[in-house]
Amino acid sequence: MPVLEKNGIKTWQWRDQRQVLTEYALWLLLLLVMLICARFIAERTTWSFVLDAPRQGGEMIARGVPPRWDYMSQLWRPLWDTLTIATLGTALSFIIAVPVAFLAARNTTPHLIVRYLALLIIVGTRSVNSLIWALILVVILGPGVLSGTLAIALRSVGFMGKLIYEGIEEINPEPVEAIRSTGASGAQVLSYAIWPQVITNILGVTIYRWDINLRESTVVGLVGAGGIGIQLDASINTLRWNQVSMILIVIFVSVFISEWISAKARQALI
Amino acid sequence: MLRIESLTKRYPTGDMALKGVNLEVPDGQVMALIGPSGAGKSTLIRCINRLVEPTSGNVWLNRVNLTRLNTRELRQARRKIGMIFQEYALVERLTVMENVLSGQLGYVNFWQSWFRKFPQSTIDEAFRLLDRVGLSEFPDKRADALSGGQRQRVGIARALLQNPELLLVDEPTASLDPKTSRQIMRLINELASERGLSVIINIHDVPLAQMFAQRIVGLRFGEVVYDGPPNRLTPAVLNEIYGEEDWNASGPAQDSQDSEDSESVSVGVAAH
Repeated sequence: MPVLEKNGIKTWQWRDQRQVLTEYALWLLLLLVMLICARFIAERTTWSFVLDAPRQGGEMIARGVPPRWDYMSQLWRPLWDTLTIATLGTALSFIIAVPVAFLAARNTTPHLIVRYLALLIIVGTRSVNSLIWALILVVILGPGVLSGTLAIALRSVGFMGKLIYEGIEEINPEPVEAIRSTGASGAQVLSYAIWPQVITNILGVTIYRWDINLRESTVVGLVGAGGIGIQLDASINTLRWNQVSMILIVIFVSVFISEWISAKARQALI
Repeated sequence: MLRIESLTKRYPTGDMALKGVNLEVPDGQVMALIGPSGAGKSTLIRCINRLVEPTSGNVWLNRVNLTRLNTRELRQARRKIGMIFQEYALVERLTVMENVLSGQLGYVNFWQSWFRKFPQSTIDEAFRLLDRVGLSEFPDKRADALSGGQRQRVGIARALLQNPELLLVDEPTASLDPKTSRQIMRLINELASERGLSVIINIHDVPLAQMFAQRIVGLRFGEVVYDGPPNRLTPAVLNEIYGEEDWNASGPAQDSQDSEDSESVSVGVAAH
């Protein structure tokens, strides 16, 4: 931060001229890179398809309207499966993620090596999308709800573990000292001083993840891992656009409801 | 009786927080520990119950050398050492009663504490203590619903439920207004004399220390530089503990160079 002294008056500028010019040059460079990329993409696009897109899209919508309302009778079961996958997957993930988070948090881990193992689990499960987990699990376990549930659970462990262990590291250390100073055992310190400080965060994260999982569980069916995605896949493959639109409406309504439920649940927590 | 022998603490950063401190606190004595921030006051009292592990030296509580205990023995010894904190250190989401009962955690097993199954005698004592510190109406209130003074009273009740022989008090009034500070100090003092406790109080407020302690120990750079009665704490002694300052000035007229250090002892100290 340049402070200049001229005629005994101290002036202060945010940046001097050279810093300002460098900044503009960098912005210009960024713009240039983006333009080059745009040209690269444009050269490899089949423009006749793109120009045809409004007509194609319009036709698809026209075939989807009106939705096939009576198809609903066949959707209740897959919808229930979807809800099951999301809820059981979140519950299973909770059971794994909470202990892993306590092992990963700096202030509760028993040992540094354990901490790195726990972090490895968190990063490993988080880096693979649930659709990819589902692809792999369908090969191993065969298609069905079980594969979907495990795919959702595995993906969520990393997500929940990370948010929960960060919450554990942010607790107020003073009550922990106070409980330790009474002669409490390690387990008692955990249950009296740490658990009450992190429980709302843990439940909040779990509800949030359940909300996300309900959306993700509509997709895992595309690779055969159960739920409403199977119907969606079948309808697209047979070009039944009125069934596709019906399914999309069902998904939209259920996500809307889950959003409402999780908002209410989080309110109740605070 | 507490005896501290050539206690040192070196932090991993290399800072020598304590440089061979020797102190004896007889039963029933209320001792105030004063000194500038960073002098090692907090480290000293935390080395007694080993919330901070001392580097070398011994701490004897009656016949037990606390520095030589293993984890299990240390937990048992800690039950006899109560501690009171600056920011009260209550578990905010637990009720007043749960916070007070946590003083007995060292005497119950994990499942008893998890299901809050404390013996009736403990609960009777908790009610007696809540009554004594003036909080008999709030056992079921959550700790975060209380005012600062009330929270510190809960902290005191928790420490006393341990039925301690020694009370370690870390800046009990630093977060409280002047009137509440005096009330809290008076309460700690009364309870100490009722029960014949030895008390070590870290405190920034020198007049408050003089008012309530029988003995004052001044700590500077990890060494004891004053040990004596409150009325010998002359401006010369305060200069030695805290560095130069006009201790009798009562206005803003002259600003000493290290004015940022002086706020902790800004009240004029009259030599008694």
